[in-house]
Amino acid sequence: MYSLLAVVIPYWGQSLLRVLGGLVAVLLPAGTIVYVFLFKMMSFMQSRLGPMEAGPYGSMQLFAEVGKWLQKEDIQPHNADKRIFRMAPIIVLMSTFLLVAVVPFGPDAWFTNFETGVFYALAVSSISVLGILMAGWSSANKYSLLGGLRAAGQLIAYELPMVLAVMGVVIQAGTMNLQQIVLAQNAGSIFGTDIVGNPYVLTQFVGFVVFMIAVQAELTQAPFDMPIAESELVSGYMTEYSGFRFLIFFIGEFATAGVFAMIASTLFLGGWGVPFSWFGWTSMDSVANWMNVAGPLIVFTKMMVLVFLIMWIRFSYPRFREDQLQRFAWKVLIPISLANIMVTAVLKVAF
Amino acid sequence: MSTFLRSFLVVVWFGLAAVLIAGLLLWVSSLLRPSKPTREKMLTYESGVDPVGEGWSQSQVRYYIFALLFVIFDVEAVFIFPWATQLERYALFGLVEMGIFVFVLVLGLVYAWRKGVLRWV
Repeated sequence: MYSLLAVVIPYWGQSLLRVLGGLVAVLLPAGTIVYVFLFKMMSFMQSRLGPMEAGPYGSMQLFAEVGKWLQKEDIQPHNADKRIFRMAPIIVLMSTFLLVAVVPFGPDAWFTNFETGVFYALAVSSISVLGILMAGWSSANKYSLLGGLRAAGQLIAYELPMVLAVMGVVIQAGTMNLQQIVLAQNAGSIFGTDIVGNPYVLTQFVGFVVFMIAVQAELTQAPFDMPIAESELVSGYMTEYSGFRFLIFFIGEFATAGVFAMIASTLFLGGWGVPFSWFGWTSMDSVANWMNVAGPLIVFTKMMVLVFLIMWIRFSYPRFREDQLQRFAWKVLIPISLANIMVTAVLKVAF
Repeated sequence: MSTFLRSFLVVVWFGLAAVLIAGLLLWVSSLLRPSKPTREKMLTYESGVDPVGEGWSQSQVRYYIFALLFVIFDVEAVFIFPWATQLERYALFGLVEMGIFVFVLVLGLVYAWRKGVLRWV
Protein backbone atom coordinates (compact mmCIF):
# COMPACT_ATOMS: atom_id res chain seq x y z
CA MET A 1 0.00 0.00 0.00
CA TYR A 2 2.76 2.41 0.94
CA SER A 3 6.29 2.48 -0.41
CA LEU A 4 9.15 4.92 -0.58
CA LEU A 5 11.77 4.92 -3.37
CA ALA A 6 10.50 1.50 -4.48
CA VAL A 7 11.13 0.04 -1.01
CA VAL A 8 8.03 -1.43 0.62
CA ILE A 9 7.79 -0.26 4.22
CA PRO A 10 6.17 -2.47 6.87
CA TYR A 11 3.26 -1.11 8.89
CA TRP A 12 5.27 -0.17 11.98
CA GLY A 13 7.71 1.70 9.74
CA GLN A 14 4.89 3.61 8.11
CA SER A 15 3.47 4.53 11.50
CA LEU A 16 6.86 5.68 12.73
CA LEU A 17 7.33 7.80 9.60
CA ARG A 18 3.90 9.31 10.05
CA VAL A 19 4.51 10.15 13.69
CA LEU A 20 7.89 11.71 12.86
CA GLY A 21 6.22 13.67 10.07
CA GLY A 22 3.57 14.77 12.55
CA LEU A 23 6.21 15.96 15.00
CA VAL A 24 7.83 18.01 12.24
CA ALA A 25 4.46 19.33 11.09
CA VAL A 26 3.66 20.54 14.62
CA LEU A 27 6.99 21.72 15.99
CA LEU A 28 8.52 23.29 12.87
CA PRO A 29 5.63 25.74 12.27
CA ALA A 30 5.50 26.51 16.00
CA GLY A 31 9.21 27.39 16.10
CA THR A 32 9.08 29.39 12.90
CA ILE A 33 6.01 31.32 14.01
CA VAL A 34 7.50 32.17 17.38
CA TYR A 35 10.78 33.38 15.86
CA VAL A 36 9.58 35.14 12.71
CA PHE A 37 6.38 36.67 14.04
CA LEU A 38 6.53 36.83 17.83
CA PHE A 39 10.20 37.79 18.18
CA LYS A 40 10.96 39.68 15.00
CA MET A 41 7.79 41.02 13.38
CA MET A 42 6.36 42.19 16.71
CA SER A 43 9.63 43.97 17.47
CA PHE A 44 9.77 45.68 14.09
CA MET A 45 6.16 46.80 14.45
CA GLN A 46 7.10 48.35 17.77
CA SER A 47 10.26 50.02 16.35
CA ARG A 48 12.78 47.84 18.13
CA LEU A 49 15.16 45.12 17.00
CA GLY A 50 14.10 42.14 19.06
CA PRO A 51 16.60 39.40 19.94
CA MET A 52 19.93 40.03 18.22
CA GLU A 53 22.59 38.28 20.32
CA ALA A 54 22.01 34.53 19.91
CA GLY A 55 23.23 33.67 16.42
CA PRO A 56 22.86 35.90 13.34
CA TYR A 57 19.86 38.20 13.87
CA GLY A 58 18.99 36.23 16.97
CA SER A 59 18.03 33.17 14.96
CA MET A 60 19.29 30.78 17.66
CA GLN A 61 17.16 32.53 20.27
CA LEU A 62 14.63 29.69 20.28
CA PHE A 63 17.19 27.10 21.33
CA ALA A 64 18.48 29.46 23.99
CA GLU A 65 14.91 29.87 25.25
CA VAL A 66 14.25 26.14 25.40
CA GLY A 67 17.53 25.65 27.23
CA LYS A 68 16.50 28.32 29.71
CA TRP A 69 13.03 26.87 30.31
CA LEU A 70 14.47 23.38 30.82
CA GLN A 71 16.38 24.65 33.87
CA LYS A 72 13.44 26.43 35.51
CA GLU A 73 12.13 25.08 38.78
CA ASP A 74 8.81 23.28 38.50
CA ILE A 75 6.50 24.89 41.06
CA GLN A 76 3.18 23.22 41.81
CA PRO A 77 1.18 25.07 44.45
CA HIS A 78 0.26 23.09 47.58
CA ASN A 79 -3.46 23.62 47.14
CA ALA A 80 -3.52 22.53 43.50
CA ASP A 81 -5.14 19.31 42.39
CA LYS A 82 -1.75 17.90 41.37
CA ARG A 83 -2.72 15.09 39.02
CA ILE A 84 -5.09 17.18 36.91
CA PHE A 85 -2.64 20.10 37.13
CA ARG A 86 0.04 17.95 35.50
CA MET A 87 -2.27 16.48 32.85
CA ALA A 88 -3.70 19.77 31.56
CA PRO A 89 -0.82 21.06 29.37
CA ILE A 90 -0.35 17.63 27.82
CA ILE A 91 -4.01 17.52 26.80
CA VAL A 92 -3.73 20.93 25.16
CA LEU A 93 -0.67 19.72 23.20
CA MET A 94 -2.47 16.48 22.31
CA SER A 95 -5.32 18.42 20.73
CA THR A 96 -2.80 20.05 18.38
CA PHE A 97 -1.25 16.71 17.41
CA LEU A 98 -4.65 15.16 16.74
CA LEU A 99 -5.56 18.16 14.60
CA VAL A 100 -2.48 17.98 12.38
CA ALA A 101 -3.23 14.32 11.58
CA VAL A 102 -5.93 15.37 9.14
CA VAL A 103 -4.04 18.01 7.11
CA PRO A 104 -3.17 16.77 3.60
CA PHE A 105 0.29 17.74 2.32
CA GLY A 106 0.30 16.22 -1.16
CA PRO A 107 -1.48 13.77 -3.46
CA ASP A 108 -0.02 10.84 -1.48
CA ALA A 109 1.53 12.73 1.42
CA TRP A 110 -1.17 12.56 4.07
CA PHE A 111 -1.35 11.13 7.56
CA THR A 112 -5.01 10.12 7.49
CA ASN A 113 -7.48 10.45 4.65
CA PHE A 114 -10.83 10.46 6.43
CA GLU A 115 -14.04 10.62 4.43
CA THR A 116 -15.28 13.02 7.14
CA GLY A 117 -12.07 14.99 7.59
CA VAL A 118 -13.86 18.28 8.23
CA PHE A 119 -15.92 16.72 11.01
CA TYR A 120 -12.82 15.23 12.57
CA ALA A 121 -10.90 18.52 12.47
CA LEU A 122 -13.74 20.44 14.08
CA ALA A 123 -14.20 17.74 16.72
CA VAL A 124 -10.60 17.38 17.91
CA SER A 125 -9.96 21.11 17.82
CA SER A 126 -12.32 21.49 20.78
CA ILE A 127 -10.41 19.01 22.95
CA SER A 128 -8.17 21.90 23.99
CA VAL A 129 -11.15 23.39 25.88
CA LEU A 130 -10.93 20.39 28.23
CA GLY A 131 -7.24 21.01 28.90
CA ILE A 132 -7.86 24.70 29.52
CA LEU A 133 -10.77 24.05 31.90
CA MET A 134 -8.68 21.42 33.74
CA ALA A 135 -5.79 23.87 34.08
CA GLY A 136 -8.07 26.64 35.30
CA TRP A 137 -9.87 24.47 37.82
CA SER A 138 -6.98 22.45 39.21
CA SER A 139 -4.78 25.48 39.93
CA ALA A 140 -7.00 26.41 42.89
CA ASN A 141 -6.38 30.04 42.05
CA LYS A 142 -9.04 32.71 41.62
CA TYR A 143 -7.43 34.18 38.52
CA SER A 144 -7.06 30.77 36.95
CA LEU A 145 -10.64 29.82 37.70
CA LEU A 146 -11.96 33.02 36.12
CA GLY A 147 -9.62 32.62 33.17
CA GLY A 148 -10.65 29.01 32.61
CA LEU A 149 -14.35 29.83 32.75
CA ARG A 150 -13.92 32.77 30.38
CA ALA A 151 -11.91 30.60 28.00
CA ALA A 152 -14.60 27.91 27.99
CA GLY A 153 -17.34 30.48 27.33
CA GLN A 154 -15.34 32.05 24.52
CA LEU A 155 -14.28 28.81 22.86
CA ILE A 156 -17.80 27.39 22.70
CA ALA A 157 -19.17 30.71 21.44
CA TYR A 158 -16.68 30.85 18.56
CA GLU A 159 -16.84 27.13 17.80
CA LEU A 160 -20.22 27.72 16.15
CA PRO A 161 -19.26 30.41 13.61
CA MET A 162 -16.30 28.23 12.72
CA VAL A 163 -18.46 25.15 12.10
CA LEU A 164 -21.02 27.17 10.14
CA ALA A 165 -18.36 28.93 8.05
CA VAL A 166 -16.88 25.61 6.97
CA MET A 167 -20.36 24.52 5.88
CA GLY A 168 -20.17 26.83 2.85
CA VAL A 169 -17.01 25.08 1.70
CA VAL A 170 -18.60 21.66 2.17
CA ILE A 171 -21.64 22.73 0.14
CA GLN A 172 -19.44 23.99 -2.71
CA ALA A 173 -17.13 20.99 -2.75
CA GLY A 174 -19.89 18.46 -2.04
CA THR A 175 -17.62 16.41 0.20
CA MET A 176 -16.12 16.43 3.67
CA ASN A 177 -12.87 14.74 2.61
CA LEU A 178 -10.07 17.32 2.78
CA GLN A 179 -8.21 15.77 -0.18
CA GLN A 180 -11.35 16.05 -2.30
CA ILE A 181 -11.81 19.66 -1.15
CA VAL A 182 -8.25 20.45 -2.30
CA LEU A 183 -8.97 18.71 -5.59
CA ALA A 184 -12.25 20.58 -6.08
CA GLN A 185 -10.50 23.91 -5.57
CA ASN A 186 -7.53 23.31 -7.85
CA ALA A 187 -9.38 21.51 -10.62
CA GLY A 188 -12.35 23.89 -10.42
CA SER A 189 -13.10 27.02 -12.36
CA ILE A 190 -14.87 30.32 -11.74
CA PHE A 191 -17.36 31.10 -14.52
CA GLY A 192 -15.35 28.96 -16.93
CA THR A 193 -11.99 30.55 -16.08
CA ASP A 194 -9.60 28.02 -14.60
CA ILE A 195 -6.40 30.10 -14.47
CA VAL A 196 -6.37 30.11 -10.67
CA GLY A 197 -8.67 27.15 -10.22
CA ASN A 198 -11.42 27.93 -7.73
CA PRO A 199 -9.83 28.74 -4.36
CA TYR A 200 -12.74 29.17 -2.00
CA VAL A 201 -11.27 32.35 -0.56
CA LEU A 202 -12.67 34.02 -3.71
CA THR A 203 -16.08 32.36 -3.88
CA GLN A 204 -16.51 31.90 -0.11
CA PHE A 205 -14.98 35.17 1.04
CA VAL A 206 -17.56 35.73 3.80
CA GLY A 207 -16.96 32.22 5.09
CA PHE A 208 -13.20 32.82 5.02
CA VAL A 209 -13.46 36.02 7.05
CA VAL A 210 -15.79 34.43 9.61
CA PHE A 211 -13.51 31.39 9.85
CA MET A 212 -10.39 33.48 10.43
CA ILE A 213 -12.14 35.57 13.12
CA ALA A 214 -13.24 32.35 14.82
CA VAL A 215 -9.69 30.97 14.59
CA GLN A 216 -8.39 34.15 16.20
CA ALA A 217 -10.83 33.64 19.06
CA GLU A 218 -10.13 29.91 19.40
CA LEU A 219 -6.43 30.68 19.74
CA THR A 220 -7.24 33.34 22.38
CA GLN A 221 -5.07 35.82 20.52
CA ALA A 222 -5.74 39.53 20.97
CA PRO A 223 -8.30 41.10 20.41
CA PHE A 224 -9.97 37.98 21.83
CA ASP A 225 -7.51 37.43 24.69
CA MET A 226 -9.91 38.03 27.60
CA PRO A 227 -9.19 34.58 29.15
CA ILE A 228 -5.43 35.17 29.35
CA ALA A 229 -5.46 38.95 29.81
CA GLU A 230 -2.21 39.45 31.70
CA SER A 231 -3.10 42.91 32.98
CA GLU A 232 -6.25 41.74 34.76
CA LEU A 233 -6.12 37.95 35.10
CA VAL A 234 -2.34 37.41 35.17
CA SER A 235 -2.43 35.03 32.19
CA GLY A 236 -5.65 33.40 33.37
CA TYR A 237 -5.51 29.62 33.44
CA MET A 238 -1.70 29.69 33.11
CA THR A 239 -1.11 31.76 36.27
CA GLU A 240 0.19 28.89 38.41
CA TYR A 241 2.21 27.20 35.69
CA SER A 242 5.95 27.70 35.66
CA GLY A 243 9.00 26.20 34.03
CA PHE A 244 8.54 23.62 31.35
CA ARG A 245 4.82 23.07 31.94
CA PHE A 246 4.23 26.68 31.01
CA LEU A 247 6.37 26.22 27.92
CA ILE A 248 4.17 23.30 26.83
CA PHE A 249 1.14 25.60 26.95
CA PHE A 250 3.14 28.17 25.01
CA ILE A 251 4.28 25.70 22.33
CA GLY A 252 0.72 24.38 22.15
CA GLU A 253 -0.65 27.87 21.53
CA PHE A 254 1.62 28.62 18.58
CA ALA A 255 1.58 25.11 17.18
CA THR A 256 -2.22 25.31 17.17
CA ALA A 257 -1.99 28.66 15.38
CA GLY A 258 0.10 26.97 12.70
CA VAL A 259 -2.15 23.94 12.38
CA PHE A 260 -5.33 26.03 12.24
CA ALA A 261 -3.69 28.11 9.51
CA MET A 262 -2.91 24.88 7.62
CA ILE A 263 -6.54 23.77 7.93
CA ALA A 264 -7.68 27.21 6.76
CA SER A 265 -5.32 27.10 3.78
CA THR A 266 -6.60 23.63 2.91
CA LEU A 267 -10.22 24.76 3.10
CA PHE A 268 -9.93 28.18 1.49
CA LEU A 269 -6.61 28.66 -0.31
CA GLY A 270 -6.29 25.39 -2.22
CA GLY A 271 -4.09 23.52 0.24
CA TRP A 272 -1.08 21.72 -1.19
CA GLY A 273 -2.15 22.17 -4.80
CA VAL A 274 -1.33 24.57 -7.56
CA PRO A 275 -4.10 25.27 -10.10
CA PHE A 276 -4.21 22.05 -12.12
CA SER A 277 -4.76 23.90 -15.42
CA TRP A 278 -1.13 25.13 -15.27
CA PHE A 279 0.16 21.61 -15.81
CA GLY A 280 -2.80 20.10 -17.61
CA TRP A 281 -3.76 17.80 -14.72
CA THR A 282 -7.37 16.82 -14.40
CA SER A 283 -7.72 14.38 -11.51
CA MET A 284 -5.90 13.23 -8.39
CA ASP A 285 -4.16 10.41 -10.30
CA SER A 286 -2.72 12.65 -13.01
CA VAL A 287 -0.95 14.89 -10.48
CA ALA A 288 2.81 14.58 -10.86
CA ASN A 289 4.76 12.81 -8.13
CA TRP A 290 6.93 15.82 -7.34
CA MET A 291 3.88 17.45 -5.79
CA ASN A 292 4.48 15.19 -2.78
CA VAL A 293 7.67 17.19 -2.17
CA ALA A 294 6.42 20.58 -3.32
CA GLY A 295 3.07 20.18 -1.54
CA PRO A 296 4.33 20.53 2.03
CA LEU A 297 6.31 23.63 1.02
CA ILE A 298 3.22 25.16 -0.59
CA VAL A 299 1.13 24.42 2.51
CA PHE A 300 3.88 25.93 4.66
CA THR A 301 3.96 29.10 2.55
CA LYS A 302 0.20 29.52 2.71
CA MET A 303 0.29 28.86 6.44
CA MET A 304 2.86 31.62 6.94
CA VAL A 305 0.68 34.08 5.02
CA LEU A 306 -2.37 33.25 7.17
CA VAL A 307 -0.41 33.33 10.43
CA PHE A 308 0.94 36.71 9.36
CA LEU A 309 -2.68 37.91 9.15
CA ILE A 310 -3.48 36.44 12.58
CA MET A 311 -0.42 38.03 14.17
CA TRP A 312 -0.92 41.36 12.43
CA ILE A 313 -4.41 41.58 13.91
CA ARG A 314 -3.07 40.42 17.27
CA PHE A 315 -0.52 43.22 17.45
CA SER A 316 -2.88 45.90 16.13
CA TYR A 317 -6.15 45.71 18.02
CA PRO A 318 -7.07 46.36 21.65
CA ARG A 319 -8.91 43.75 23.68
CA PHE A 320 -12.65 43.14 23.49
CA ARG A 321 -14.73 43.32 26.63
CA GLU A 322 -16.28 39.99 27.65
CA ASP A 323 -19.86 41.02 26.87
CA GLN A 324 -18.85 42.57 23.53
CA LEU A 325 -17.11 39.34 22.67
CA GLN A 326 -20.16 37.16 23.32
CA ARG A 327 -22.47 39.65 21.58
CA PHE A 328 -20.20 39.69 18.53
CA ALA A 329 -20.27 35.90 18.26
CA TRP A 330 -23.98 35.37 18.77
CA LYS A 331 -25.52 38.45 17.17
CA VAL A 332 -23.14 39.10 14.29
CA LEU A 333 -21.10 36.07 13.27
CA ILE A 334 -23.74 33.34 13.63
CA PRO A 335 -26.49 35.16 11.66
CA ILE A 336 -23.94 36.07 8.97
CA SER A 337 -22.71 32.53 8.62
CA LEU A 338 -26.26 31.11 8.56
CA ALA A 339 -27.10 33.55 5.77
CA ASN A 340 -23.88 32.54 4.03
CA ILE A 341 -24.95 28.89 4.12
CA MET A 342 -28.34 29.60 2.56
CA VAL A 343 -26.93 31.94 -0.13
CA THR A 344 -24.27 29.38 -1.02
CA ALA A 345 -26.89 26.63 -1.22
CA VAL A 346 -29.16 28.72 -3.46
CA LEU A 347 -26.28 29.60 -5.79
CA LYS A 348 -25.10 25.99 -5.85
CA VAL A 349 -28.54 24.78 -6.91
CA ALA A 350 -29.04 27.66 -9.34
CA PHE A 351 -25.76 27.07 -11.22
CA MET B 1 -7.45 -4.69 10.04
CA SER B 2 -9.28 -2.57 7.50
CA THR B 3 -7.67 0.59 6.13
CA PHE B 4 -10.52 2.55 7.73
CA LEU B 5 -9.62 1.37 11.22
CA ARG B 6 -5.93 1.71 10.44
CA SER B 7 -6.29 5.39 9.68
CA PHE B 8 -7.89 5.79 13.09
CA LEU B 9 -4.94 3.93 14.58
CA VAL B 10 -2.74 6.72 13.18
CA VAL B 11 -4.80 9.11 15.29
CA VAL B 12 -3.97 7.04 18.37
CA TRP B 13 -0.26 7.14 17.47
CA PHE B 14 -0.42 10.91 17.14
CA GLY B 15 -2.05 11.24 20.55
CA LEU B 16 0.62 8.99 22.08
CA ALA B 17 3.34 10.99 20.30
CA ALA B 18 2.08 14.16 22.00
CA VAL B 19 2.18 12.49 25.43
CA LEU B 20 5.62 11.02 24.74
CA ILE B 21 7.25 14.22 23.50
CA ALA B 22 5.84 16.18 26.45
CA GLY B 23 6.89 13.44 28.89
CA LEU B 24 10.37 13.24 27.40
CA LEU B 25 10.93 16.99 27.65
CA LEU B 26 9.58 17.07 31.21
CA TRP B 27 11.90 14.20 32.12
CA VAL B 28 14.95 15.99 30.66
CA SER B 29 13.85 19.09 32.51
CA SER B 30 13.59 17.14 35.79
CA LEU B 31 17.26 16.18 35.44
CA LEU B 32 18.34 19.77 34.94
CA ARG B 33 16.10 21.86 37.14
CA PRO B 34 16.60 22.73 40.81
CA SER B 35 13.96 21.88 43.42
CA LYS B 36 13.99 24.04 46.52
CA PRO B 37 10.41 24.34 47.69
CA THR B 38 9.66 26.90 50.36
CA ARG B 39 6.33 27.75 51.95
CA GLU B 40 6.06 31.07 50.13
CA LYS B 41 6.86 29.50 46.79
CA MET B 42 4.16 26.87 47.17
CA LEU B 43 1.48 29.36 48.12
CA THR B 44 -1.27 30.10 45.63
CA TYR B 45 -0.44 33.27 43.71
CA GLU B 46 -2.67 36.19 44.56
CA SER B 47 -0.87 39.35 43.48
CA GLY B 48 1.84 38.90 46.08
CA VAL B 49 -0.30 38.89 49.21
CA ASP B 50 -1.32 35.81 51.19
CA PRO B 51 -4.37 34.24 49.52
CA VAL B 52 -7.76 35.03 51.01
CA GLY B 53 -10.04 32.03 51.37
CA GLU B 54 -9.48 29.19 48.94
CA GLY B 55 -9.06 29.24 45.20
CA TRP B 56 -12.22 27.34 44.44
CA SER B 57 -14.30 30.32 45.43
CA GLN B 58 -17.81 30.85 44.24
CA SER B 59 -18.09 32.57 40.92
CA GLN B 60 -21.01 33.20 38.71
CA VAL B 61 -21.31 30.81 35.80
CA ARG B 62 -22.64 33.33 33.33
CA TYR B 63 -22.74 31.30 30.21
CA TYR B 64 -24.69 28.15 30.98
CA ILE B 65 -27.54 29.31 28.75
CA PHE B 66 -24.97 29.94 26.04
CA ALA B 67 -23.83 26.38 26.59
CA LEU B 68 -27.37 25.10 26.06
CA LEU B 69 -27.72 27.18 22.88
CA PHE B 70 -24.33 25.87 21.77
CA VAL B 71 -25.53 22.28 22.08
CA ILE B 72 -28.60 23.08 19.97
CA PHE B 73 -26.59 24.72 17.21
CA ASP B 74 -23.90 22.07 17.28
CA VAL B 75 -26.45 19.30 16.81
CA GLU B 76 -27.93 21.36 14.01
CA ALA B 77 -24.50 21.40 12.36
CA VAL B 78 -24.42 17.61 12.58
CA PHE B 79 -27.67 17.56 10.60
CA ILE B 80 -26.60 20.15 8.03
CA PHE B 81 -23.23 18.61 7.11
CA PRO B 82 -24.60 15.41 5.49
CA TRP B 83 -27.14 17.50 3.64
CA ALA B 84 -24.37 19.81 2.41
CA THR B 85 -22.47 16.92 0.84
CA GLN B 86 -25.56 15.65 -1.00
CA LEU B 87 -27.02 18.99 -2.10
CA GLU B 88 -26.16 18.41 -5.74
CA ARG B 89 -28.35 15.30 -5.80
CA TYR B 90 -31.37 16.70 -3.98
CA ALA B 91 -31.23 20.10 -5.74
CA LEU B 92 -34.40 22.15 -5.22
CA PHE B 93 -36.08 19.68 -2.86
CA GLY B 94 -33.06 19.71 -0.55
CA LEU B 95 -32.82 23.47 -0.73
CA VAL B 96 -36.43 24.09 0.31
CA GLU B 97 -36.25 21.48 3.03
CA MET B 98 -33.07 22.94 4.55
CA GLY B 99 -34.51 26.44 4.15
CA ILE B 100 -37.35 25.43 6.48
CA PHE B 101 -34.90 23.81 8.92
CA VAL B 102 -32.63 26.86 9.10
CA PHE B 103 -35.68 29.16 9.33
CA VAL B 104 -36.90 27.32 12.44
CA LEU B 105 -33.41 27.59 13.94
CA VAL B 106 -33.17 31.30 13.22
CA LEU B 107 -36.60 31.64 14.86
CA GLY B 108 -35.11 30.01 17.95
CA LEU B 109 -32.12 32.35 17.90
CA VAL B 110 -34.39 35.40 17.49
CA TYR B 111 -36.54 34.15 20.41
CA ALA B 112 -33.47 33.78 22.64
CA TRP B 113 -32.32 37.22 21.50
CA ARG B 114 -35.68 38.85 22.32
CA LYS B 115 -35.76 37.08 25.68
CA GLY B 116 -32.42 38.72 26.51
CA VAL B 117 -30.56 35.43 26.83
CA LEU B 118 -27.71 36.61 24.64
CA ARG B 119 -26.67 39.30 27.08
CA TRP B 120 -23.61 38.72 29.27
CA VAL B 121 -25.17 39.85 32.55
